Amino acid sequence: MSTSAFKTTRRQLLQSAAAGAALSAITHPAWAQSAPAVPLDEYEPTYFSAQEWAFILAATARLIPSEGDGPGAIEARVPVFIDLQLAGDFGIAADWYMDGPHDPAAPAQLGYQSPLNPAEVYRAAIAELDDWCSEEHGAPFAELEAETQNAVLTALENGELTLSSTQGASFFGLLLQNTKEGYFADPKYGGNHGMAAWVHIGFPGARASFLEWVGIERAYPLGPVSIAGERA
Amino acid sequence: MATTAKKKDVVIVGLGWTGSILGMELCEEGLEVLALERGPDRDTVPDFKYPDVADELKYAIRYGFMQRPRNSTLTIRRTLEETALPYRSLGSFLPGDGVGGAGVHWNGHTWRPMAEELRLRSYVEETFGAEIIPEEMTLQDWGVDYAELEPYFDRFEKVAGIAGQAGNINGEVVEGGNPFEAPRSGDFPMPPLPQTVDALMFAEAARAMGYHPFPRPAANASQAYTNPYGMQLGPCNFCGFCERFGCLNYSKSSPQTCVMAALKRKPNFEYKVNSEVLRVELARDGRTATGVTYVTAEGEEVFQPADLVILAAYQLHNVHLMLLSGIGQPYDPITGEGVMGKNYAYQMNGGTSLFFKDVEFNPFVGAGSNGMVIDDFAINQIDFAAEGFIGGSYISSGTTNGQPIRSMRLPPDTPGWGGDWKKATKEWYGHSMSIGSHGSNMAYRDTYLDLDPTYQDRFGRPLLRMTFNWKPNDIRMTQFMKSKIEPIAESMNPDIMASGYKADGAMYDVRPYQTTHNVGGAIMGTDPTSSALNRYLQSWDVHNVFVMGANAFPQNIQYNPTGVVGALAYWSAEAIRTQYLPNPRPLI
Repeated sequence: MSTSAFKTTRRQLLQSAAAGAALSAITHPAWAQSAPAVPLDEYEPTYFSAQEWAFILAATARLIPSEGDGPGAIEARVPVFIDLQLAGDFGIAADWYMDGPHDPAAPAQLGYQSPLNPAEVYRAAIAELDDWCSEEHGAPFAELEAETQNAVLTALENGELTLSSTQGASFFGLLLQNTKEGYFADPKYGGNHGMAAWVHIGFPGARASFLEWVGIERAYPLGPVSIAGERA
Repeated sequence: MATTAKKKDVVIVGLGWTGSILGMELCEEGLEVLALERGPDRDTVPDFKYPDVADELKYAIRYGFMQRPRNSTLTIRRTLEETALPYRSLGSFLPGDGVGGAGVHWNGHTWRPMAEELRLRSYVEETFGAEIIPEEMTLQDWGVDYAELEPYFDRFEKVAGIAGQAGNINGEVVEGGNPFEAPRSGDFPMPPLPQTVDALMFAEAARAMGYHPFPRPAANASQAYTNPYGMQLGPCNFCGFCERFGCLNYSKSSPQTCVMAALKRKPNFEYKVNSEVLRVELARDGRTATGVTYVTAEGEEVFQPADLVILAAYQLHNVHLMLLSGIGQPYDPITGEGVMGKNYAYQMNGGTSLFFKDVEFNPFVGAGSNGMVIDDFAINQIDFAAEGFIGGSYISSGTTNGQPIRSMRLPPDTPGWGGDWKKATKEWYGHSMSIGSHGSNMAYRDTYLDLDPTYQDRFGRPLLRMTFNWKPNDIRMTQFMKSKIEPIAESMNPDIMASGYKADGAMYDVRPYQTTHNVGGAIMGTDPTSSALNRYLQSWDVHNVFVMGANAFPQNIQYNPTGVVGALAYWSAEAIRTQYLPNPRPLI
C-alpha cells in the first residue's frame, strides 16, 4: 500500500462524529421528552477506553458507512450500543457456560470455545489490532485512511489476518454482529438513533398489530414506533 | 443433607406443555400433585405484555425466554472420535426455561404424524423390503399406532385450540386440506388463519404444478375460542413477534393460555419454581422410585417423596435425569446394547429464497404458524427404494416475522458489510420470500446421548453429551426436496433465487439456529431391550416413572413434534388413570 493511505484520519473521524451530532440535532423529534443525545466525540464510554472508543467509532463507520442512502453506524449511534452491551450481561457472558477446559483450536462448527467473554475479546483484539496497524501501517486503526481500514477489516474477515489474543473467538464476527444489532435494535439500547435504520428499510418497529394487512400486496404506510412510544 | 418434604401422590418434573397437561389429568383423579419447575414463573402479564415483549434484541437475539447455558447445557461432538465440547452459547436449538417451557416461545406448528411414521420400520419392510434400510440406521416402530392415538390428537388439538383445514375426515378427502394426512375423527376446532402474500403466491404456483396446497395447522387462534378447560384465546393479530417470544395477545396456544389458570384453581395442585430436580431417587431394589431430590431457589436440597414420578422436562433433560438417576441401562454405540440415550435424532430442513424487486411482502406482518404447505413429497408419497433414501418433508411458505436483525434476507452476492450491504438492506428488505422443506431425520447407531466424561454443571453433575452428525440417507432426502422446490420457485419468476440445502459431507454445525426439535434418547417401543419406555411412556425398569416428551420418538417424523408430544401426553395420562392407578405395576 502507498504511504498516502496511512495518513491520519482523525479529521475524518471528527467529521463523522460531527455528522452524528448534527444528525441527532436534526432528527431529534419535537415529541421527545429526553434530552438530545450527547455527540459521539463527547460521549463518555462505560466500558471502552479512549483508544478503544476511537477504534469502535472508526471500525463501525466502515462496516456501515455514512455515505449513501440511510444512516451509517455513526448516525445510528451503534458505538454507544456496543459500549453498553459490553458493559452489561452480554459483555460478561452472564448467560454462557464458561467452565473449562477450553479448546480454542476446536472446529468453528462446535461454537464459541474461547475462555474470554465478549468484553475481554474486544479489549484483547483492539489492542492487538492497533499494535498490528501501527507496525504495518504506522498508525493505530482509527487513524488510517478508510481504504486501509477496509483492507484490514477484509483481511480479518477472510482469516488472512488472525488475532492470537482472542483465543479462538472471532472478533470480526462479534463486531459485525453487534454492529448490525446496534443498527436495528430498539433505540432503548442506545443504537438505531431516531429509528433511522428502521425508516431506511421500512420496518415499523414495535407496532405489532397487522391483522388487516395480511395478504395485502401494498407497502405498509406507517412509520415505526419504538417500545418507549416514540414515532419516526 | 437434604430435608424431606411431606409426601405427595405425584411429583412432576418440569411445567411446560406435558407437565401442565399431566397436572390437569392427575388432579382430576383427586391426587395431590406437585410440579417442580427449575426456571422462573411466567404469565402473559407481566412477562409477555405489550409493548415490552416486542423487543427483538432481548428475546430473539439474547434469548430472554430460553435456558441459560450457564445454568444448564450439554456437550456436543459429531463422531465417536471427536472430543465433545460444551454448547456454551445458544445457536442450533433453543430449549425453553420457566413455566410454559418451549411452549411459550414456539411458533405453534401443530401436526399429526403420518400413520406410516409411527410404524416406520414395519412400513419400510412391508412396502420396500428390509434390505433398503442402511445397516447403521436403527429404525424402529413406536409401539403405538395412529388409530389408537387419534382420540388423543383430537383432545390435544381441542385443548390447544388449533386452526386448520382438515384434509381427511373418517376417510373422506376434504377439498382444501391435506389429502395425504391420516384420517381425522372431526374438523379442527378453528378455521385456518388468513394467509400472507408469500404463502398465497406459493400456493398458487404449487397448485398450477398439480400439487395440493393447504393451510398449515396453527396454534395461533383464528377467532375467539374457549377450550375444554374453559381457557379463552383471542384471534391472532399477526404481530410478527411469535417464535422466541411469549404471546402478547392471548392468541398463541401455550401452557399459559390453554392450561395454567385452570390448573392453578385445582386445590390439589401445587407448583414450585426455581426448583431444579437433581435426580430421581430409587428404592433399594431399583424397581420403583421413591421421589425426587431438588434444589430450592435458596440452594437447599429437598427430598420430595412421591408415589408417582412424571418426567416432563425438555427431551434433553429427561434423558439427562434418567442417566443421572440410573434408570435404564445406558446405551453402548459399539455393542448396540442398552437403551438409555439411544436413537437421538434431529430434523433435516432446507430452503430456497426468492427475491422479487416489485413485490411488497411486508414481512413484519406475520404469525408463527401462518403459511401454505404441500405434502406431495411426504413420507407416504415417496418410493424409498427408487429414490434411495428413507424419509420425507413437507414443503411450505409463510411469514413468521420480519425482525431486521435476524430476518434480513439478502441476495447471495451481497457483501456482509459496507456501503453495498447498507444499500441492499433497503433494496431487498420486504422484497423476498422463501420456500422451505421440513424433513424427517433418522436415528443411527452412533447418534445418541450419554454423560460427558469431562464437563460438569453448577451442581457438579456430569453434563449430557450429544453425539450427532448428518448422514448420507438424510442428505439424499433433502437434496431430493431441493429438486422439487426449485422448479416451483422458478415457475414464480423471481428476480433472484438462492438455495440452501445440506450437501454431501455436511457436518453438524451448532452455531446457526436450525430447529428446537431434538428427539429420542429415551424412546418408546415394544421391547425393553430396544427401548427405554413402553408404549404408555412408562419406564420399563422403574414402573412408577412415566416420561413425557419428544425423547420418546424412535426417530424424527417429518413434522414439528409438539402435536405428537401433546397427544402422547394424553395417551399416557389415560393409561395412568385407567390402568396404572388402580393397580400400580409394569403395564406391559
